[in-house]
Amino acid sequence: MRDNGLIPSGVTRRRVLTRAGAAGLALAIRPAWADASVHLPLPGGPTARPLTTDFPQKGEMILQRARPPLLETPFEVFDEGVFTPNDRFYVRWHWSGLPTSIDVDTYRLAVRGHVEKPLSLALKEILSLPQFEIAAVNQCSGNSRGLFQPRVAGGEWGNGAMGNARWSGVRLKDVLDLAGVKAGAIQVRFSGLDDPVTDGAPRFRKSLDVDHARDGEAMIAYAMNGEPLPLLNGYPLRLVVPGWYGTYWIKMLNDIEVIDSADDNFWMKSAYLIPDTPLANMKPGGAGVKMIPINRMTPRSFITNVRAGQTIAANAPTLARGIAFGGDAGVSRVDFSSDGGKTWAPATLGADEGKYSFRRWEAQFVLADKGAATLAVRCVNEGGLVQPDTANWNPSGYMRNVIEQTPVVVV
Amino acid sequence: MRRLSLGFVAAALFSLPAAAGPAPDLKSLSVALPDAGTMLSGEGSDVANANCLGCHSVEMVLDQPALPRTVWEAEVAKMIKAYKAPIASQDVTAIVDYLASIKSAK
Repeated sequence: MRDNGLIPSGVTRRRVLTRAGAAGLALAIRPAWADASVHLPLPGGPTARPLTTDFPQKGEMILQRARPPLLETPFEVFDEGVFTPNDRFYVRWHWSGLPTSIDVDTYRLAVRGHVEKPLSLALKEILSLPQFEIAAVNQCSGNSRGLFQPRVAGGEWGNGAMGNARWSGVRLKDVLDLAGVKAGAIQVRFSGLDDPVTDGAPRFRKSLDVDHARDGEAMIAYAMNGEPLPLLNGYPLRLVVPGWYGTYWIKMLNDIEVIDSADDNFWMKSAYLIPDTPLANMKPGGAGVKMIPINRMTPRSFITNVRAGQTIAANAPTLARGIAFGGDAGVSRVDFSSDGGKTWAPATLGADEGKYSFRRWEAQFVLADKGAATLAVRCVNEGGLVQPDTANWNPSGYMRNVIEQTPVVVV
Repeated sequence: MRRLSLGFVAAALFSLPAAAGPAPDLKSLSVALPDAGTMLSGEGSDVANANCLGCHSVEMVLDQPALPRTVWEAEVAKMIKAYKAPIASQDVTAIVDYLASIKSAK
């Protein structure tokens, strides 16, 4: 038993009717393999998502999109510990032309462009380089997009497009140094094996500044949590960019191109752009805002053992716990409130697994008055950045990090 | 001295990843992805099925919130311009009509 007895069952399950007929019409448009569902608290809906175990190397996941796969981590997984199991780690692909087979003998990672010595590295050559390891959160730029108000188009995630793992592999710097970055290099561009499925469409590619790529933390991972990556999480190699959004963490990494200009490819110049404002916030529908490529993550925190609408016994000491992360800096403090954010008290922090990792927190509280109450949690990172009281908004639904509130009923 | 509760002890036990060790033995791998062949339904869905599902399955449409028609126009335009969806110009209005009919907001 992993919880403290306060937790109701994590998801609302319903068996889907399989019989045909008029009554089944609304369900018939759902994939036949969905046999249970979860409800995400998305304002205005739709809230129902199937749960699926049909994806290779993955356990039960929330189906956001079958092709190309978008799989969300069910939120109760985050109560189990700070490292997200590989088989529950969220999945996000842009193009459905992703290979379903990997041949480790012929797999090559190219390092080319503005370098002294272009390379084509076999996996065994990469595995022979000095090993580097770091715990880091991978969070989709659009995690929690479905909670935006006004709603925006896109992958309508709840809060589960994130995960934390201990990544093992090699420093990107070491690989770049093998090739020898030439003077005048500006950025390093990365791409993987996933192909577009339409003629002339832009291959998914992302770039980092050279100094960032060579900072000794950006790395190429061949393992997460001590095991090879699941194919859908980027087997056999993926870029890890600690503190930065998952869009930069190129999966099935097979091409590193050092370039002597700022990358103007579609995925840097036109997609994944945020307003150049604090917390990427702008007025809904506003225009004329300078847009820049998304970059560093901001602090977030979540209660993982109390669900919205749960009942809490009056005058009884109760434990709240959850996870926090600082974004591009460590967790300095986590505050907990049992009065909807009017007053705050520091929570107790769990083990420090590194500044880019999830960190456990817990807090005891007592609620005396019966009726409705609101729990809230906020993270302050080591850069002094604190989660905001009001949600940000931008047209692509990026970087949500508002203070999460959990309504409960005191009985 | 800082005291950690039993909850943290349990959490720590659950949190232990495999320790740093030798590089893993990477083996050739082949997987199968589930079939995602479900179609959109209802009046006007034929043109959407013919033009949208080449790149993505139906959830990309069905899980969207109600959106203004102007947003649907922009989405279809983005699919054509940015993602090179091979959509004939005479089909654009019919696709937008269908999307707005199932997911409309003022």
